[in-house]
Amino acid sequence: MARFSFFSEGLPGIDLEELKGKLIVLEGTDGVGRSTHIGLLKQWLENNGHAVLDTGMTRSPLAGKRLKQAKEGHTLGGIAMSLFYATDFADRLENEIIPALRAGFIVLTDRYIYSLMARAIVRGADPEWLREVYGFALKPDAIFYLRVNIDDLVTRVLQSTGFNYWESGMDLHMGEDLYESFVRYQRWLLGEFDKMVETYGFDIVDASGTIEEVFPRLRDRIQRIVERNGHAQ
Amino acid sequence: MAGGMKIYGKHRFPGRLFIVEGIDGSGKSTQLMLLQKWLESEGYVVYFSEWNSSPLVRDVTKRGKKKHMLTPMTFSLIHATDFADRTEHDIIPPLKAGAVVLADRYIFTAFARDVVRGVSPSWVRGLYEFAVKPTVSFYFRAPLDVAMKRILGGRDAIKYYEAGMDLGLSDDIEVCFELFQGKIIEQYEKMVDEFGLVPIDATRSIEEQQAEVRRIVMQALEGTKKTRIRRWLDLASLAKGSRA
Repeated sequence: MARFSFFSEGLPGIDLEELKGKLIVLEGTDGVGRSTHIGLLKQWLENNGHAVLDTGMTRSPLAGKRLKQAKEGHTLGGIAMSLFYATDFADRLENEIIPALRAGFIVLTDRYIYSLMARAIVRGADPEWLREVYGFALKPDAIFYLRVNIDDLVTRVLQSTGFNYWESGMDLHMGEDLYESFVRYQRWLLGEFDKMVETYGFDIVDASGTIEEVFPRLRDRIQRIVERNGHAQ
Repeated sequence: MAGGMKIYGKHRFPGRLFIVEGIDGSGKSTQLMLLQKWLESEGYVVYFSEWNSSPLVRDVTKRGKKKHMLTPMTFSLIHATDFADRTEHDIIPPLKAGAVVLADRYIFTAFARDVVRGVSPSWVRGLYEFAVKPTVSFYFRAPLDVAMKRILGGRDAIKYYEAGMDLGLSDDIEVCFELFQGKIIEQYEKMVDEFGLVPIDATRSIEEQQAEVRRIVMQALEGTKKTRIRRWLDLASLAKGSRA
């Protein structure tokens, strides 16, 4: 029996029996250190003899570039934007993730459908509808949710890149300035993520400490996934 | 998108939405153009909605098609993205303003095309749940050979995706096109009852078809606003008076 399954209807023309690798998702809001952890995990897994593909959002060869422009120009409406992201995701799923799984790679993905759904929900898309639309996605082996509270998040962002327009949800006109808007927007996103914890079986990782403190927790749990030989979720 | 997403059939607007569907060569675009002329001459505020309104999405679609990068799923999603943009920018605002909106092809084109490509029928219907339900959906029913005669010869070369070449039905683009269109017709026929499409016999004369379309549209227009400024004599009424 196939290790993998789709959330619902699935992609046409894909033989799930052929997919052998592992699909591991890191989720969490902006600034929780997802990309740093993915870099470290990749190195560690490769050192242990595993082939790794790391991939992230909005980088598909098909739509990546235009999607970035659409985001910066915010010319598309909420539903169109949600579907543009879904197109980009489908392109990566079919052309990067699935071929890598077929070849037996461990795929580490920086975010997955959950972030896309959370962002679309706060922009007015219907949650039920989104769940249907993303029914074509593969169920991952594990979803690690790097969770921080809003105060930690603010401190972190101030120490690194500062508040940016998009991560502050300024397109939603939620506050008078970047700080206010950032706090409200991220709190809302955190709320949406929290709602998904049970539905999708997120594995919560407390990400409030330093990278050095958080990484071992993540690594130990991923070790178990890599050693496991059962079905994906 | 304040107020959340409205689901198909739940929108309430003062305007009216008329759409035409049918395979290439069914004559639907000609009929829609004639309908538009008539509505304008009658003084309605008419808004014609076209495909591919957003330049960003259009670029992606074009590139994907040119390089044959599209799978059935991304083909479906990129067209849905475009349609969502069209709905949000092009269809809902004029309907709110009370206009008569006309659309050449609508969600049923996507349902037919995507399902023939192997996408799940229920999934693609769910995907377009945000669409506004048309006041009337006309389906121009033409037998395959009639449509093919109208198309082949009289138009530019058929394109790769248009012919369903990605399905690998045949290496010959014209043969493939015909096979693909035949499958599209099967899908349309299934949707007549499912969505209450109004079939128009596209083998009849252009005039007969247009008379039927206008009769159906007229019934659906009751209570729709016309332009307020009416001159005693304008060009439209002059043209209406003269018999060709």
